[in-house]
Amino acid sequence: MKKTLPLLSFLACFALVFGVKTYFLLQPRSEVSVLENEFDDSFEKNISIPETVSYNFDVKPILSDKCYKCHGPDPNSVQADFRLDISEDWYRISMENDNKKIISSGDLSKSELVDRIRSTRASHQMPPPESNLVLSEREKLIIEKWITQGAKWEPHWAYISPLKIEGKIDSKWNIDKFILLELEKKGLNISNEAPKELLLRRLYFDLIGLPPTLAQINQFLQDKSESAYEKVVDKLLSSQAYGERMASIWMDIARYADTNGYQDDTERTMWPWRDWVIHAYNKNMPYDQFVTWQLAGDLLPNATKEQILATGFNRNHMITQEGGVIEEEYRVEYVADRTVTTAKTFMGLTVECARCHDHKYDEISQKDFFNLFDFFNRIDEDGRISYTDKAPKPNIKLDHNLIKEKLPFIKIPDSIIELDLMVMKEADNLRKTYLLNRGAYDSPTDIELNGSMPSVILPFDQNFEKNRLGLSKWLFDPKNPITSRVAVNRLWQQFFGIGIVSTPSDFGNQGALPTHPKLLDWLSRKYIEESWNTKKMIKRIVMSKTYKQSSKPTPFKSKIDPKNYYLSHFPRQKLTAEMIRDNFLVSSGLFVDKVGGPSVKPYQPPGLWDELTGGSTSNSLKRYKMSTNGNQYRRSLYTYWKRTAPPPGMITFDASTRDYCTVERQKTSTPLQSLVLLNDPQVQEAAEYLATSLLSKELKSHKENIIHIYRKITGRSPQKKTLNYLIDYRKEVEKIHLQKAESLDKFDIRNKVYTSLSLLIYNLDETSQKS
Amino acid sequence: MEELNKYFLNNNRRHFLKNIGFGIGGLALGSMLDPFNLADSNKMSKLHSGSLPLPHFAPKAKRVIYLFQSGGPSQLDLFDYKPYLNKFRGIDLPDSIRKGQRLTGMTSNQSKFPVTGSIYDFKQYGESRAWVSSLMPNVSKIVDELCFVKSMHTEAINHDPAITFFQTGSQQPGRPSIGSWMSYGLGSLNDNLPSFIVLLSTGNGKPQPQPLYSRLWGNGFLSSLHQGVQFRSGKDPVLYLQNPEGVSKEERRKMLDHLAVINETQEKSFGDSEISSRISNYEMAYRMQTSVPDVMDISDEPDHILRMYGKNSYKPGTYAANCLLARRLIEKDVRFVQLYHTGWDQHDNLPSQISRQAKDVDQGTAALIMDLKQRGLLEDTLVIWGGEFGRTNYCQGKLTDIDYGRDHHPRSFTIFMAGAGIKPGFSYGETDDFGYNIVKDPVHVHDLQATILNQFGIDHERMTYKFQGRRFRLTDVHGEVKKELLDI
Repeated sequence: MKKTLPLLSFLACFALVFGVKTYFLLQPRSEVSVLENEFDDSFEKNISIPETVSYNFDVKPILSDKCYKCHGPDPNSVQADFRLDISEDWYRISMENDNKKIISSGDLSKSELVDRIRSTRASHQMPPPESNLVLSEREKLIIEKWITQGAKWEPHWAYISPLKIEGKIDSKWNIDKFILLELEKKGLNISNEAPKELLLRRLYFDLIGLPPTLAQINQFLQDKSESAYEKVVDKLLSSQAYGERMASIWMDIARYADTNGYQDDTERTMWPWRDWVIHAYNKNMPYDQFVTWQLAGDLLPNATKEQILATGFNRNHMITQEGGVIEEEYRVEYVADRTVTTAKTFMGLTVECARCHDHKYDEISQKDFFNLFDFFNRIDEDGRISYTDKAPKPNIKLDHNLIKEKLPFIKIPDSIIELDLMVMKEADNLRKTYLLNRGAYDSPTDIELNGSMPSVILPFDQNFEKNRLGLSKWLFDPKNPITSRVAVNRLWQQFFGIGIVSTPSDFGNQGALPTHPKLLDWLSRKYIEESWNTKKMIKRIVMSKTYKQSSKPTPFKSKIDPKNYYLSHFPRQKLTAEMIRDNFLVSSGLFVDKVGGPSVKPYQPPGLWDELTGGSTSNSLKRYKMSTNGNQYRRSLYTYWKRTAPPPGMITFDASTRDYCTVERQKTSTPLQSLVLLNDPQVQEAAEYLATSLLSKELKSHKENIIHIYRKITGRSPQKKTLNYLIDYRKEVEKIHLQKAESLDKFDIRNKVYTSLSLLIYNLDETSQKS
Repeated sequence: MEELNKYFLNNNRRHFLKNIGFGIGGLALGSMLDPFNLADSNKMSKLHSGSLPLPHFAPKAKRVIYLFQSGGPSQLDLFDYKPYLNKFRGIDLPDSIRKGQRLTGMTSNQSKFPVTGSIYDFKQYGESRAWVSSLMPNVSKIVDELCFVKSMHTEAINHDPAITFFQTGSQQPGRPSIGSWMSYGLGSLNDNLPSFIVLLSTGNGKPQPQPLYSRLWGNGFLSSLHQGVQFRSGKDPVLYLQNPEGVSKEERRKMLDHLAVINETQEKSFGDSEISSRISNYEMAYRMQTSVPDVMDISDEPDHILRMYGKNSYKPGTYAANCLLARRLIEKDVRFVQLYHTGWDQHDNLPSQISRQAKDVDQGTAALIMDLKQRGLLEDTLVIWGGEFGRTNYCQGKLTDIDYGRDHHPRSFTIFMAGAGIKPGFSYGETDDFGYNIVKDPVHVHDLQATILNQFGIDHERMTYKFQGRRFRLTDVHGEVKKELLDI
């Protein structure tokens, strides 16, 4: 194995690079394989061993990944009654040799662990061959160096409060200082500021999800004042579109959809909750309040309608109408969904495993899971709902008067008399929570749970209410080490594509370690100290040099840090599914800017719903009926989401399915994406509209026209080379059309040629990138 | 490695552009941009072979056709012959047999559970003497090619979780489909079609068949490169495949050529390798615009073949037409073809419904298997036929002389397989006289999944994907390869 490993990683790295990026075309052909992500890991780790080995940052990830499965927190799978995750067991006397300990601090020759990982005997070797887990040479060396250096224990990094981080960091620190600190260690530096046009487009997409218009670009280019950039930042942060952009991220987390999801997939009404999210972001509601209302708004003293409406967050999960299901089985699923979503979104913890057994990698027990589960288990709800029920209980009714007076941000159309939508409501003494054996609804044990939070993160204060409100108080307890870290990490991810912790839903033992731990802690602390002011935090990020720098790497930078973990240049990122479509709309002029209201149905290939909808639903969702009156040109945030047949263009561009909570989307590149960009009637329409509106105005030279279209679509002026290719293309296409149809008049031909040209520009890499 | 590959790619493209100059309409720039075409003629091919960790051992199968019978076909009316149920027709299912099996909400209110045999005739066929009812006259002729598993069982008792379980190894959504796993693990066998293709057809048995959901062929946490691509009947078999109206092939080619050079300048200035994959994707998309309509166009099929699949094979979107299409896709080396045929959910009016339903699939299924065989493709193509669960031995609703219905039954049901090293002319597993419990050789869904992967040379315990800190498998932490099903 030792000999073949470098070769394997070499080949696997190759398979990774090509397999991931280019679909079946470049997928490993025939019997060539993969296990791509596994090999990626080992490749990444194949770097030098640090001088001082850190338990948290170097050793524990190895032990967790390769050893905890049998020697970790799950008592049911602990072998030989020995755990590596707790230091008490480390120093036990070896069972094989009285002169040795399992780990003997500072002495390799007296540590059984070393014998085991170095052993070549199958019966003795750790990890054992049948586990299919292998320690790399580097991993073995790290463990050994750690033992030599004294094998010191530390609590998990993410559970040490960021407020307690040692070493004074004064108020003069800023993002760039932290970034530079790491860059300088590698002999790198931050890049120069990006060209103004690119920077503006980046900022627009990041803050409002839409591209700047020509007028906005020109204005920015002309503003030579020092505060030009900041002015735009402030303008965007106070625009309505900011809330829409933020909401579109929150919809993935909240698994928002317009249908119930299982089998017959009937309609539900949750869009007023979505309107609330937009509103909350726009008025810059502090994050602690934003979350508390969503988790426990109904439990606040004298809860307002708005606070109750916010709890819709936890009713967005899928609900079944399938005839004949066992209701309790599904009700338990819904409660588990809320439990998992809460842990993933607010605690950076994957708890799915702990539903069935104590977590194998993190110190989260099955009891911890059901303690959290208990908070969501006191809702008087149905496991199965009827086909016609658009707002299964518990729910609230909102009429026009109430909306006008108290909830004006809900954009209720006149045609709807009253809104009825799902919310959370505590029902006292409804049922008790028992630990379910293997997580199964029909296997309750006699272990009763009364609601609590994992003490490994922070013990649950006995003064907190034992309900969802107490849960929220625990989350926002200043002593809580995790909430702010997870939140700022997600904000960072929004701008840089990858979080400081690259696994935004897992800050546990199996999760990635932060690339800039001190920066993460500092940002977390700021977030708390500034009362969870989200706009302020975002402004801090986009005002940094790190954010504003150019996305062009130098060959040296690419060599030293090929994946740009340390941000020596801005990471180029593909626009999201929503942005790609919204860019068609805005750049062409088709866009209809209207905030809120019921979801809309833009263009979609015919027949998709018919194929997948069963006959037993006589509901309105059997056939897709495209919206009219401009509603088909609204922001993609408002596109109707039918879970069993989601909008195909969006799914092709890696939108999440909304079946469950998603905090990070995939980023892929496939031929199906090319087909959408080339042939989707929406793109075609945008290209045509753009060409027609251009030509209906005063005619200019071809060159000027091309520059105009190019700027509209990509937000920048074309480079000379590109412009020449485009000029050439216009001529070539004109030739084709002139040859083909004699009858067409000049205007028609111009129109067709410019449509084709616009379509080409819509397909450029530049167009779908945030550079 | 990446650099090396890119070098070949760029070198060729540059060379090509320099020599031919700009603006060559119609010429297949595609082949120049396609590393696999390069692979045939230079060092690249060597880089693509070699001892990588998959397959774990020598595979028997290269491709799969999974004929999923959605709704839960009644094993008791098709393959699992139980004369005892005819003899004791109408008696209440004894508790000693039911053993606390949970009931769906549809029969949990019934006070009686009268058992009923099938009204269809069962006979033994072929040298293997396999039992098949009169509902499947064509399948009965090919039983010596088939391996029946009469002892399948699952935990799920409702459609949505049960189908999801079969396809992804988990009852709740979120995991990759088996076809995605294959695509991820083994890669693609061809360079102009997706490796995982899905075909849908609607059954005639049930007036309102159960719906399907696109997540069944979803890639879950795997890269969306591995998602199933639905091929639809009609003019746009793959979404957005056709050029917009009025755009000629010539114009499109010209656009792609210009797109490639402009994107290339972009790549030079940003050094972003994503861009070269983007260029390749456009070429693949362009090739699909030809390859997909070609494979869908059955006009080159001789009459005797069409007759073999039955008269519905002329009607796009039917099960028979999809069977024929599946064979055509397999011939093009598509890795995984997944059919779904809805309508097997006979809660009531079972006799009239199931006769129509069986008629939908009988001839096409048998023709497909024999067609594969006569082309030598059955040797390394695995065909699977089956649904998400079975149906009860007792009647749902009113039992009359000529009518009955059956509820969902997860505890025992029948599927069959053919080809790719699966033992032909063989029946495995047994249920009791009531056709209720398995008495011999149970096969769990995870066992079936493990066995399928095994035929591809994949150890189901070793094909994992690490996601959110955990290594996931198609078979979760279960599953056992059923060696008895293999023709060794």
